[in-house]
Amino acid sequence: MTETIAHPPESAGPGNKPVPPAESSRGPVTWLPTLVETLAAIVIALVLGALLVALSDPDTVETLPYLFSYPADFFSAAFDAVWSSYSALVQGSVGSWNRISTTLERSAPLICAGLGVSLAFRAGLFNIGAQGQMAVGFLVAGFIGFTYDLPPGLHTLVALAGGILGGALWGGIAGFLKARTGAHEVITTIMLNYLAVSILLYALGKEAFQREGSDNRQSPPVADSATFGSVADTHLGVLLAFAAAVGVWWLLERSTIGFEMRAVGANPEASRTAGMNVAKVFTLAMVVAGALAGLAGTMQVLGDQASISPTLAGTIGFDAITVALLGRATPLGTVLAGLLFGALSVGGVAMQASAGTPKELAAVLQALIVLFVAAPALVRGLTRQRATGGGSTVMAKGWGG
Amino acid sequence: MRLEIKGLTKRFGAFTANDSIDLTIEPGEIHCLLGENGAGKSTLMNMLYGLLEPTEGQILVDGEPVTFTSPSDAIDSGIGMVHQHFMLVPVFTVAENVMLGRERTRGLGVLNRKQAADTVRELSTRYGLSVDPHALVEDLPVGVQQRVEILKALSHDAKVLILDEPTAVLTPQEIDELMEIMRELKRRGTSIIFITHKLREVKAVGDSITVIRRGKVVGTVSPQASEAELAEMMVGRAVRLVVDKEPAQVGADVLSVKNLTVVDPRGHQAVKDVSFEARGGEVLGIAGVQGNGQTELIKALMGLIRPDAGVVALDGEDISRHGAREALDAGIGYVPEDRSHDGFVGAFSVRENLVLDLYRSDDFSRGLGLKLDAMADNARSRIEEFDIRTEGPETPVRALSGGNQQKVVVAREFSRPLKVLIAAQPTRGVDVGSIEFIHKRIIHERDQGTAVIIVSTELDEIYALSDRIAVMYDGRIVGVVSPDIAREDIGLMMAGASDEAEVNP
Repeated sequence: MTETIAHPPESAGPGNKPVPPAESSRGPVTWLPTLVETLAAIVIALVLGALLVALSDPDTVETLPYLFSYPADFFSAAFDAVWSSYSALVQGSVGSWNRISTTLERSAPLICAGLGVSLAFRAGLFNIGAQGQMAVGFLVAGFIGFTYDLPPGLHTLVALAGGILGGALWGGIAGFLKARTGAHEVITTIMLNYLAVSILLYALGKEAFQREGSDNRQSPPVADSATFGSVADTHLGVLLAFAAAVGVWWLLERSTIGFEMRAVGANPEASRTAGMNVAKVFTLAMVVAGALAGLAGTMQVLGDQASISPTLAGTIGFDAITVALLGRATPLGTVLAGLLFGALSVGGVAMQASAGTPKELAAVLQALIVLFVAAPALVRGLTRQRATGGGSTVMAKGWGG
Repeated sequence: MRLEIKGLTKRFGAFTANDSIDLTIEPGEIHCLLGENGAGKSTLMNMLYGLLEPTEGQILVDGEPVTFTSPSDAIDSGIGMVHQHFMLVPVFTVAENVMLGRERTRGLGVLNRKQAADTVRELSTRYGLSVDPHALVEDLPVGVQQRVEILKALSHDAKVLILDEPTAVLTPQEIDELMEIMRELKRRGTSIIFITHKLREVKAVGDSITVIRRGKVVGTVSPQASEAELAEMMVGRAVRLVVDKEPAQVGADVLSVKNLTVVDPRGHQAVKDVSFEARGGEVLGIAGVQGNGQTELIKALMGLIRPDAGVVALDGEDISRHGAREALDAGIGYVPEDRSHDGFVGAFSVRENLVLDLYRSDDFSRGLGLKLDAMADNARSRIEEFDIRTEGPETPVRALSGGNQQKVVVAREFSRPLKVLIAAQPTRGVDVGSIEFIHKRIIHERDQGTAVIIVSTELDEIYALSDRIAVMYDGRIVGVVSPDIAREDIGLMMAGASDEAEVNP
């Protein structure tokens, strides 16, 4: 699975393909080193984060001038700072059911958009467009939500379907362009992001999207009949996110469509030779990826925040790329990474409130984790983990035999 | 220069790629290195050329131990290497390529091209390698490009020249010329390490032959050893080099190709007005030097390239505008030329690759869902039937050896009823044992009444399998001949010498 991330469209020729020795790490437990690597990345990030906390804590900094005379002062101050920050982070994200529920709600759109990026990854496509797909999703879902008057339940379903379709359309455009003209999806999805933001701003300036008596670019609130119901203070979008993960897993691992997507993602030439319609697979993958991002957008507007504003998507669409990367483009991994990022962002706010540590530390932790995941060799070196497989075998192929 | 290798060992983790190899290359000898794929020849040469560092053991040059940490160390010690895939810059001239990396300048950074050209001229007269120093490399035939590679190594004063499968890309005539060059180099005192798996060449030009199997030296023998002996040493058991086959029971025309023309993406006519018939129960061999339109021809037959003109009829129905899926569904089996590029998905397991073009059939799917159990059962029986050496059905195909990868492709294509089988280079880079097996299966398929088309640049393979041979040169079929024809005559046709040799068997 790791390979999918490192270079999505793998079409290695005979000359550059690593041929691992017969008894390499490939086996039923290939995920284990991945898991260990990811956990190691998280631990290293926390350690570096602790260092930052300590060095930005005024009490700890005060002890620095006499560090060598009274090192104990420094260490106890540093420990206090780190302990209070990290415990606030944990308390704030999972300390009570209320916090857990907030974390789940924050994670749900991250998971959905992350699944979209992961799925596209597996089909060999680098989907940078979750942000735009989300925007189109919540624009459509929100519009349906505050414009029409439908019975509860049905209203939610219609708005949900609209949001998903909107995202699917937006993703599908990039897929179609790739399939038809070969236009690179990285470029087209970035451009479509700009376009989506512009459409959003334009729409919010129009009467149909304007809140009455307000000059702000903010839509009317979504009708109660359209919002997600909630169970135990947690809106049902969270369940949708988990259901989507199961659906994506089934699609990728158990269906013919997923078989095609993974085949095309790993080797488009062989897939074409085996009779697959590569253009169709690209388009379909982007449609599904867009639908998932659209679902994420829908959650934003039908979940807790009930009206459309230009900042509704935040940076979720871009965080989704990181979530997918951290989750190694697998559904389960994406769910776990989404939960972690959700917890960090919810906990970060609490940390700032109760321990005075800037909430940006949470963002720094996220960045460090991803950095170390992206540099597995560095993590291995830092943790003295034994290298699995032989990196040096890469060049052993293509000569003599 | 005398090159000695003593107890050279290379381990990758628990895997021993080279196990205490001893080898001595005497000055001025042609030393052949023979071995199956994955036997460890590559690893050994990588160590000799400074690309890999040995785990244990020594390399001695004229009795002095040396350590190579990069190819430039090896080059400084007088070792040169001609890679299988040429390392030339196509848009540079011969002289520019030869001086590349050690450019001489005349002050102010101006390249001294004249001196480079003089070096090329001087070396080419000394070793009898005629090359025009000012020709652009991209305009040269493959055989001449190879000479440029050799010249490049010689210009670095190589005393020991490693030739890595140098004959794979050459016509029979070019192979003869290369052998002449090798003999000339030897006369001038250059030693050559000649890597190949073609037994005929080893016997023709070698002074001594070292056979490697599973990372160990099996033995060093003289070229007087018979081909059967050499093959047995390589594989570790007796191998039949001739394919047993009954005379073909030729049936009706199954696939008929009329006036087929294919234009490649660069606008160049790759296949020019080609017509032929493939008949049930018969093997039609398409011989030719690589790059003479065979690739485009079969891709057009498979619906992977749209032909520009002409008709491809399967049982009388025109399929020339169909796509690959229709061609496969219509009963054409396809073993692509470049298996790792087109034949399988390396990251996929053996189980998945065995259904790469069958997953949609009722056997392996219901609605949108895959039948995983059926796929696993299929994998187990194919692995058994085709003797695919793998840890299990879930092993990724890229972890298998070349021969076993090819067996996966062949097993997949043979696992459904076929009307036509198109196999391109079915045994390229495949070890002797697997060649024997794959050839047997192809003949078996023929005997079932399938029309078989084999495209191969290996004349041995063409002769071993074909009931009729079509020779392609420059996009045309220059003749269809019986396999009784002499190798020299086919060689001439492959080189484009006789356009009119139409011999109907």
